[in-house]
Amino acid sequence: MGRIRKLLLLLAALALFAVACGDDDETTTAGDDGEMMDHLGDGSLGTITVEAGAEVQIRSLNALTGDVALFGLPIHRAIEIAVDDYGDIHGFSVSLGQGLDDLCSSDGGQAAAQTIVADEQIAGVVGTSCSGAAVAAAPLISEAGIVMISGGNTSPSLTSDLAGTAGENYNEGYYRTAHNDLYQGRAMALFVFNDLGLTTAAAIHDGDPYTQGLAQAFVDAYEEIGGEITGFAGIAKGDTDMVPVLTEIAAASPQALFFPIFQPEGNFIAAQAPGVAGLADTQLLAADGLLVDGYLALAETEGMYFSGPDARFGENVNQSTGKSAVDFTSAYESLHGEAPTSPFWGHGYDATAMLLDAIKAASYVDGDGNLVIDKAGVREHLDGLTGYNGLIGLINCDDFGDCGSQKVTVIHHLDSNDFEGSVANVVFEYAPS
Amino acid sequence: MSAAFVQEPSTEELPARRPLDQDWRKLLSYGLLLALVMVFVALTNMPVNLDRRMLIEPIFSMGYLSLFWLPAVFGLVVCREPVLAGMPSYAKGSREVLAGSLVGLIGGAGLSMLTFLLDNFNLREPLVNWSPQLLELLSFRQDTAFGIAIWLPIGLVLGTFGGLAHLFSATTRRVLSWAFVSVITFAVFETVILDLSEGFAWLGAEWVVDELYFIRGGLTMHGAAVLAVAGGLFAAFGRDRAHRAKESFQALEGTSRTRANAIGLLVVAAALVILPLFLGGITNELLANVGLFVLLALGLNIVVGLAGILDLGYVAFFAIGGYTAGILTTTNRGESWPDWMPQFYWGTALVFVVILAALAGLFIGAPVIRMRGDYLAIVTLGFGEIIRLLFLSDWLGGYTGAAQGVTNIGGVQVFGLATVKGTDPRAVFYLVLFFCAIAIYVSWRLERSRLGRAWMAIREDESVAEAMGINTVNAKLMAFVVGAVLASFSGAILAAKVGSVFPNSFIILVSIVILVVVIVGGMGNIAGVIVGSVVLIGILGGPRQPGLLQEFSEYKLLIYGVLLIWMMLKRPEGLVPNVRRTRELHQDEYLQDAWLRGEIDTDSEHTDDSHSNGNTGVLPA
Amino acid sequence: MPPPVTAENSKLNRRLGVDTFLTFMRVVMSTFVILGLLMFIGQQINPDNFVASRINSDATGLTAAQFEGLVISGLSQGAMYGLIALGYSMVYGVLGFINFAHGEVFMVGAMTGMITSNKLDESGAWESNFLLSLLFVLVIAIICSTLTAIIMERVAYRPLRGSPRLIPLITSIGVSFFIQNVSVVLLGPGAKSYPTLPDWLSKKRELFGFVTIEGTRLMVLVVAAISMVALWYLVERTKIGKAMRAVAEDKEIASLMGINVNRTIVTTFAVGGAMAGVAGILWGLLFRSVVHTTGFLPGIKAFSAAVVGGIGNMGGAMAGGITLGSAESVAPLILLEPWGIDGVSQLKDAVAFLVLIFVLLVKPTGLFGERLSTEDRA
Repeated sequence: MGRIRKLLLLLAALALFAVACGDDDETTTAGDDGEMMDHLGDGSLGTITVEAGAEVQIRSLNALTGDVALFGLPIHRAIEIAVDDYGDIHGFSVSLGQGLDDLCSSDGGQAAAQTIVADEQIAGVVGTSCSGAAVAAAPLISEAGIVMISGGNTSPSLTSDLAGTAGENYNEGYYRTAHNDLYQGRAMALFVFNDLGLTTAAAIHDGDPYTQGLAQAFVDAYEEIGGEITGFAGIAKGDTDMVPVLTEIAAASPQALFFPIFQPEGNFIAAQAPGVAGLADTQLLAADGLLVDGYLALAETEGMYFSGPDARFGENVNQSTGKSAVDFTSAYESLHGEAPTSPFWGHGYDATAMLLDAIKAASYVDGDGNLVIDKAGVREHLDGLTGYNGLIGLINCDDFGDCGSQKVTVIHHLDSNDFEGSVANVVFEYAPS
Repeated sequence: MSAAFVQEPSTEELPARRPLDQDWRKLLSYGLLLALVMVFVALTNMPVNLDRRMLIEPIFSMGYLSLFWLPAVFGLVVCREPVLAGMPSYAKGSREVLAGSLVGLIGGAGLSMLTFLLDNFNLREPLVNWSPQLLELLSFRQDTAFGIAIWLPIGLVLGTFGGLAHLFSATTRRVLSWAFVSVITFAVFETVILDLSEGFAWLGAEWVVDELYFIRGGLTMHGAAVLAVAGGLFAAFGRDRAHRAKESFQALEGTSRTRANAIGLLVVAAALVILPLFLGGITNELLANVGLFVLLALGLNIVVGLAGILDLGYVAFFAIGGYTAGILTTTNRGESWPDWMPQFYWGTALVFVVILAALAGLFIGAPVIRMRGDYLAIVTLGFGEIIRLLFLSDWLGGYTGAAQGVTNIGGVQVFGLATVKGTDPRAVFYLVLFFCAIAIYVSWRLERSRLGRAWMAIREDESVAEAMGINTVNAKLMAFVVGAVLASFSGAILAAKVGSVFPNSFIILVSIVILVVVIVGGMGNIAGVIVGSVVLIGILGGPRQPGLLQEFSEYKLLIYGVLLIWMMLKRPEGLVPNVRRTRELHQDEYLQDAWLRGEIDTDSEHTDDSHSNGNTGVLPA
Repeated sequence: MPPPVTAENSKLNRRLGVDTFLTFMRVVMSTFVILGLLMFIGQQINPDNFVASRINSDATGLTAAQFEGLVISGLSQGAMYGLIALGYSMVYGVLGFINFAHGEVFMVGAMTGMITSNKLDESGAWESNFLLSLLFVLVIAIICSTLTAIIMERVAYRPLRGSPRLIPLITSIGVSFFIQNVSVVLLGPGAKSYPTLPDWLSKKRELFGFVTIEGTRLMVLVVAAISMVALWYLVERTKIGKAMRAVAEDKEIASLMGINVNRTIVTTFAVGGAMAGVAGILWGLLFRSVVHTTGFLPGIKAFSAAVVGGIGNMGGAMAGGITLGSAESVAPLILLEPWGIDGVSQLKDAVAFLVLIFVLLVKPTGLFGERLSTEDRA
């Protein structure tokens, strides 16, 4: 045992040495000789110098492969479009590099974040798609002094419980334009209990951290306002036969059934629920994961309610790029031959525009024609961001990085041939102050 | 590429055949196969996805490389004939070149056809990559007619080039292939080379790298030229010396061989200990991930490679290691745990990890131990799923965090001196290295122990092993336990490294990827397993880990599948074969060679291969 | 007085350790099942009985209609497992190895069905002439999955005949991986839907006055039965079937008797592939959605079904499929729920695998398996 301990000590010493060696890099101070343009930041987190002729580097870190690619890919593509729309920063073009894949897992998020922080030219990250990836990626990004803005994370643990307590995975420099699950859970609960007047409800999730978290948020909020939860069940991704789980739920005959899951499992629940004894009159409710064209086109989903971010993007214009949601979708369709497969593209687009705005506000061109970005300034800009007009609506950042428009709506889906009409048919709005 | 196809000179050479004396059927089928493969590659969208990655700025992107290498290789392969020792073979001549050209031409015609179809039909409905971008790429951003026309000569030229390779002398071929390979390697591995250059900045590496690479990625033209020349020169002059050194090493015998081995091992170990200090974050992270898979693969190597038990639920032990370490060391534990349970140090938690993993190994091993190989595979796969589903279930959610996983896991405290965690990949790599060293030592000792010999006997023939007095049940259980413990180490390190564990890190895919690593590397061989992990996990990436070639992440699993089939068909012993295992797998060929050499008397020796065709099942009678 | 410890004896004792453990597991699992069943019955009689109130306080029991729904869904799912399992079983019978990639053949069937039916839907034929289009889709799907199976055999398995047992098994894992990912890169990773079915097919109908069943599920059961009969006829009453049985018995002697072994093996793969194609279409019609992973888990479960039923036995494969399908559907609610386990539906797959393990522990030859020589158990 003694030998092993010695070896360990040796290794530890080596490791310490390594740490000591690694820390003393890059403390380039702002070029004082240049005409210091007005910019945000006090230089406390260091600066990034982009040489004349080079590009400002930001990265997209989203789920590009696997089951969740349907969710991550539109965000990634929205980021690409946003970078194109945005144009130059003080005459420097912006490069996204190769899109990084968060693999929708913590290990994937960490490894990708590692490649980001290893490149000292990178000024910011737009991602991740999955909260699990952000849990592992955010500490690294935060430590490197740069920022990440997510268009897809919704887990409360990454920001706060909305009552002033930081979540257990909150890190400085983390922001998101997606809403906090707690808002959506509460919105749906209030709608079901007050507006629909239903007093018993059940929820189904599919074992994904997102769906489980949202279902849990709904259940908690619903019980808090006095409703009764009769069942909380899970399915496995890839299940097709929903009769068993629906029977489990049906045993207590709830009046409402909330299943904030994805396709294709959502299809099976909608198709099979009416056939299960005890669920014939149950009101079906779903969330943004199913708020897609391909799902609303199914005849059996007529009559369902969907909660989600306010998806009436039509009239909104992003203030930085001047593009509207309509411009965006037409650009997207001509590039990729299909409509976006998830509603979070707007969040990804706004996140990118916000990041580039922040970089613009925190940077200046020095005497040699190089662009100097003050990392602290980027955070300062985002921390104080209020009243920003994005595709998703009015954006205000709170103290824990929640920048979403925070307006959650519930829509009533009536006609399976009219996607636009259903999305616009808002029956409930929830916008906390 | 072509370095692998160097043929040994045959004993007797017949004059080259006439150009039109072709095996037309073979030629046609190779050509059609090439066309099919090229169309397939185009439709996977690989060219478009990789097009943004420049290899040589501004003329050559990885996207075109993904199509261009195919006709050359097919043109080369179409005329390869097995050279049998003692049998006469034909000299190579214009016939081979013609065959290559024709095959290339047919392949090019396939892409011309595709370009035409892309322009005139819309099949985007089922084929998602049937896109204008693909058309644009295939027609070289000119009009479609140009695209349709240009692919024929491209195929022809590349195919001819492949065929020409038969005519070059061995040296020419070597110089060319080295020049080519060095350019491609430096271009493809740009990230890691840039990362390395930072560590070796004091050697002036940054200056070299700045010259070599274009500022926005890709080699510069002069950089590529320099690399090609350097590679060629090395092949022409340096390689002989390396060869001689290898031969003189192989000529060593007895103690001097052992000593040379030991010195080699020491050098490698020292390099591994020192090198990470000079590596950047990307490389260290990558190596740490590779190390995790080395641990896993070494464990599975004991189970599959040594004992011959096909365990497809191996990920279960990885999960158990990760969750046990995670739950015991987190600051944010599930609410069902009693309050008095302390938060352990990682080192203390490791004791529980080992105990639990060993128990799990026994528990999963016991029911399957008597089952036949294929039943065992499915049942262990089932166990792997059951374990993951339990960790995911709401039922045990109070303990395991269900879908939300376990987060806020502390790092590894090294005697209060430092905490090793994911933000410092170098320290993590040292930690992984330490455990890999233990695992390698254990595997190495076990392989040579009584138990190891028992495992190999069981692998080769269980009934015979039993008849020889080996307690097969115990030996197999031990294989399960040892494998489980090694995998649980990997899981425990993963938990500390990532700082969180989620059920979706432990899907069936992980078991299968580990299996691929073991098989591609070489079953039953420690060095093979390490090589397999470095090549597959390091370059292509693991199920949840990005590799060096991030551009390939969409095609990673496809490539894994192809590799697995290819290895099984062509080289079941793996990249670094284990001598004994190779002999088992190629028994027929060994016997044939021996027979050719006249070592075996045909009358007394007959190979009996009916046992493996075991006709067990019966259709209803 | 203990017997003297000899090498012989100590070995015997160690053996007993594992066996005792296995017996213990058998007893525990059986007890768990029986107690769960008893508690379920108790719950049905009175949801508030004293056991239920302690172990599973929110017990409610199931209504007859719910129970019937569960059983029917289990049966139809099981029938599909059975159809896939036939392919596993036949190949196993003839070649003695598990074609792990057989599930992907099924997926190929479902995918081609999706593509053809959507194309037909676009042209309007799906609605105007449903039966004919369905027949067309079925034929295309059968052709494609049969071709997949044949190519698979030719490219991946034939060169490996005669190599050690694990080699073709590992290869088939590679093939499975490959086909799945070809589907991902060519067709995209998302779930794809089948067009809507006509009302007369999908609506619920009364049968014999007491069973209500959806038209699609009824169709699954009927088609499965027809396929079984056809297969039985092929194997038992035709020359090809005779050849297949002969090759299964002994390849060498069969070839001495003038049977073309290679062709017979290809035929076996083809027939298995055709069955999988039929199952793929049924799957598509029942669930109206298909992904690249559609074949993987059902494939593994179908193999489990073949093992549960006794591998190599065709009736057994179907019986095993139905057993597994029903168990998966019914057992979580009637065996696990009474124990007070939350979210039992999440454990559905775990139950399927537990059934496999349980059957193999209790009857290693499967429910209807007859012959398993000791040599083959190695």
